[in-house]
Amino acid sequence: MSELWRLSAHAAGEGLRAREFTAVELTESVLARVEAVEPRVNAYITRMDGIALEQAREADARFAAGTATPLTGIPFAVKDLIVTKGVRTTAGSRMLENFIPPYDSHVAAQLKRAGAVMVGKANMDEFAMGSSTEHSAFGPTANPWDTGRVPGGSSGGSAAAVAAGECLAALGSDTGGSIRQPAALCGVVGLDPTYGRVSRYGIVAFGSSLDQVGPIGRDVEDVAAILDGIGGHDPRDSTSDPAPSPDMRHYLGRDVRGMRLAAPREYFGDGIEPGVRARVEEALARLERLGCEVDTDLSLPMTEHALAVYYLIAPSEASSNLARYDGVKYGLSARGGSMWENMERTRAAGFGEEVKRRIMLGAYALSAGYYDQFYLKAQRVRTLIAREFRDAFARYDALVTPTAPTVAFPRGAKLDDPYAMYLNDALTLPASVAGLPALSLPCGLSEGLPVGLQIIGDVGAEGAILRIGHALERDLGQANRLAPLP
Amino acid sequence: MTAPAESETALEPVIGLEVHVQPITRAKMFCGCSADYAGAEPNTHVCPVCLGLPGVLPVVNEEAIRLIVRTGLALNCGIAAFSKFDRKNYPYPDLMKGYQVSQYDLPLCSGGWLEAEAEGEPFRAGITRVHMEEDTARLLHRTDAATGEGYSLIDVNRSGTPLMEIVGEPDLRSPEQARAFLVELRAILRTIEASRANMEEGNFRCDANVSLRPRGAEALGVKVEIKNMNSFRAVHEALRFEIGRQTAILEGGGTIRQETRGWDQQRRETAAQRSKEEADDYRYFPEPDLPPLAPGRAFVEEIRAGLPELPAARRRRYRALGLSAFEAATLAEARDRSEFADAVAAALPFPPARAAKLAANWTLGEAARWSNEHDGERLDRFPLTPAALAELIALAEDGTITGQVAAGVFARMVEEGGSAAGIVEREGLARVDAGDELAAVVRRVVAENGKAAADYRAGKTAAIKRLLGGVMRETRGRADPNTARELLERELGA
Repeated sequence: MSELWRLSAHAAGEGLRAREFTAVELTESVLARVEAVEPRVNAYITRMDGIALEQAREADARFAAGTATPLTGIPFAVKDLIVTKGVRTTAGSRMLENFIPPYDSHVAAQLKRAGAVMVGKANMDEFAMGSSTEHSAFGPTANPWDTGRVPGGSSGGSAAAVAAGECLAALGSDTGGSIRQPAALCGVVGLDPTYGRVSRYGIVAFGSSLDQVGPIGRDVEDVAAILDGIGGHDPRDSTSDPAPSPDMRHYLGRDVRGMRLAAPREYFGDGIEPGVRARVEEALARLERLGCEVDTDLSLPMTEHALAVYYLIAPSEASSNLARYDGVKYGLSARGGSMWENMERTRAAGFGEEVKRRIMLGAYALSAGYYDQFYLKAQRVRTLIAREFRDAFARYDALVTPTAPTVAFPRGAKLDDPYAMYLNDALTLPASVAGLPALSLPCGLSEGLPVGLQIIGDVGAEGAILRIGHALERDLGQANRLAPLP
Repeated sequence: MTAPAESETALEPVIGLEVHVQPITRAKMFCGCSADYAGAEPNTHVCPVCLGLPGVLPVVNEEAIRLIVRTGLALNCGIAAFSKFDRKNYPYPDLMKGYQVSQYDLPLCSGGWLEAEAEGEPFRAGITRVHMEEDTARLLHRTDAATGEGYSLIDVNRSGTPLMEIVGEPDLRSPEQARAFLVELRAILRTIEASRANMEEGNFRCDANVSLRPRGAEALGVKVEIKNMNSFRAVHEALRFEIGRQTAILEGGGTIRQETRGWDQQRRETAAQRSKEEADDYRYFPEPDLPPLAPGRAFVEEIRAGLPELPAARRRRYRALGLSAFEAATLAEARDRSEFADAVAAALPFPPARAAKLAANWTLGEAARWSNEHDGERLDRFPLTPAALAELIALAEDGTITGQVAAGVFARMVEEGGSAAGIVEREGLARVDAGDELAAVVRRVVAENGKAAADYRAGKTAAIKRLLGGVMRETRGRADPNTARELLERELGA
């Protein structure tokens, strides 16, 4: 039974249930793949081989006992801002290089409860600030499709690990596109759930009103199953939706005839590469053939303000969230001098340039005299953006757009130009700002690199976007596409 | 430049108080850790949430919200239909997250007042707002014995415990009013069981803002904030000092610096702590981890309905029953005392005013003495029930026993229990009136105290006290003193 790492999570689950192979065999196969390609990909900050094998043995026991779940025995990569008890959690930062948490995040506990296997903690842009996974204190992650290119970010390690076969599925987090954009650039499927669907308890905070954990997988069915495993109310997160999370797999394999879609004009502007535009338009044509109504005339004029809104709100919240890293209690501590000198030296040494830039940006936007014109105004515009989406969803079941304006770009290409880097997320930010669920799935290649298609749904409507995504994926016939990495 | 005449009265002090109060809750404000950490080993009441570890989130303690609404209602505040938490950002090692969850522009309670009395004058002082926030950890500053270098330890037990900030309007005009305000606030907080409100224990902390202005002026002068006052007396002293200091500066033609000054208890003076030339920027913004608070009308009304009678209402009631201002204030200040006296009065078979007076006498006398002798124990733990005490008072009042016997019976009841009537009956303690028994005692005492009798007859009438003492001893206090005196006088005059 060779190359089990090539399986999708649901295919592997079938094999495990049918006792065609064991969870230990599956995990060993994945660990061997990690060993083979990790020097080229660098998807993981911390590998957990020993724990993974132990969990695989427990998973096999559950199959024997008949207590397995759909995620039992499935090897996962977990983004390294997801707090894991006893396993260091760095958030991609020098600041937390030696931080070993004494508690589990909600999602890590959910994975454990479901019997999943954790292969390692995935690389990421420091504190999830970035779109290329180049801003990691633990070195950049390579795109498995072309190791000279970036995997996107900030969940670049998670997406690359899925695409490279270094796990079967992964958890990422999305604040302004951090699941969807790397999923697009790595040719895998990523879902940013509705804000409040998945508990943020134990997620190292970046932008608290935007952060959301979500799945990255090789196909739509996998991300639906993972969301079923991690979603739902958690009393420890006061922003978690108290309503039960619906069974997402229930929406798969359904006919999409008569569903009303729109491709808003603002998402197909000048910044979109021709190859990306072509693949997305072809996908829209497929959806029409499948019986969807597609409106290409819709205009959402508030869209263009999402970037400014996001780059005021997220850094503001981050400037406060990152204040706790002062070298006093845990993590890096640059000792010497007075208490204040300790703090300054710790923060100067522990944070990377991009993180410092955003703390400055946020502290400025919140400061007395600027609060009204920056933070408060951004919150007001945010409400208008959400209202514009809400009006659109009165007429459409989902919006279809490219996920990212370009395919994966070469490493270093945008490192010196923060604004060009920020524009990468221009198409994913609006849904984040409005708290909407959005799915990215591969819709073909351009110049040999994957193109991602984004489906944005109304609040709580993950079911609708998974249903459309699943139908399109089947029609494209490209489920479970792995990167062509030898 | 001419100094104004009568400078003593030309300047008027303007005082506003800010009080931080720890409410009595089982758990901390945002996590499940026990808030009752008094005497606990450092860092034993902690969890990832109150340690501020990466990834944790706050969950609001509903018990704390109930207590602050209760406090707001008791202080005549309006309760906001829509409120929220905000983050107050400032770096300090005692602040686990680098920000404090507090309330900025939409506090839960605002626009209230309390009434109190100072120097015989009743006054009303406004309450600007009451809001909820979390407390910080405690820093313990130490010195390394070997190197002599200073270092600090952090005790996180207090981190995240709930704190109510009560901000008073600058309505107070004297240190006496400030003290009366605090005494009344403490009485209210204790009456509604919102806080232990004990300054020495640190669960009631007060800062004061004080400025001076020409009497009759509208505009406020430059204010100075005073911190580090650890008792009501310290608040009073610090304000007196500060008013004197500012008066001297202004009368000398100087100007007041806006600053924070600390009260130095040893030196009995305030000293500048830090200048406030640059306003602090706390970069407040709405706490994104918590949804807004929207206390519904039903929630608020349920809490209002559960409020006990407040000290001011108790005082009014006692005054109407004819008690002195002192008696009314002393009873109303402590709910246990007030309720004990009320229960005693209710059990007495007398008209309300007389019952109230007797109940007050005994509660503020014998019962309060017991409380003082027992470490300030509350009167709801007093060994005598109000009914038992009322029975004793009634026996003394209707003349069944004398006052001296009553005091003795009271002591027996406290020590051994039992009913007053039972003890009097069993021990034969009923009052002895003019009759053969008392007459015989009087004759015997006069006969046995020839010197005193001779002194009296020689015109030293004060000597009768010695003879009276003898009669009381002989009768174990049962003799009515007036009757005994009459009989003695008759015997000595014979």
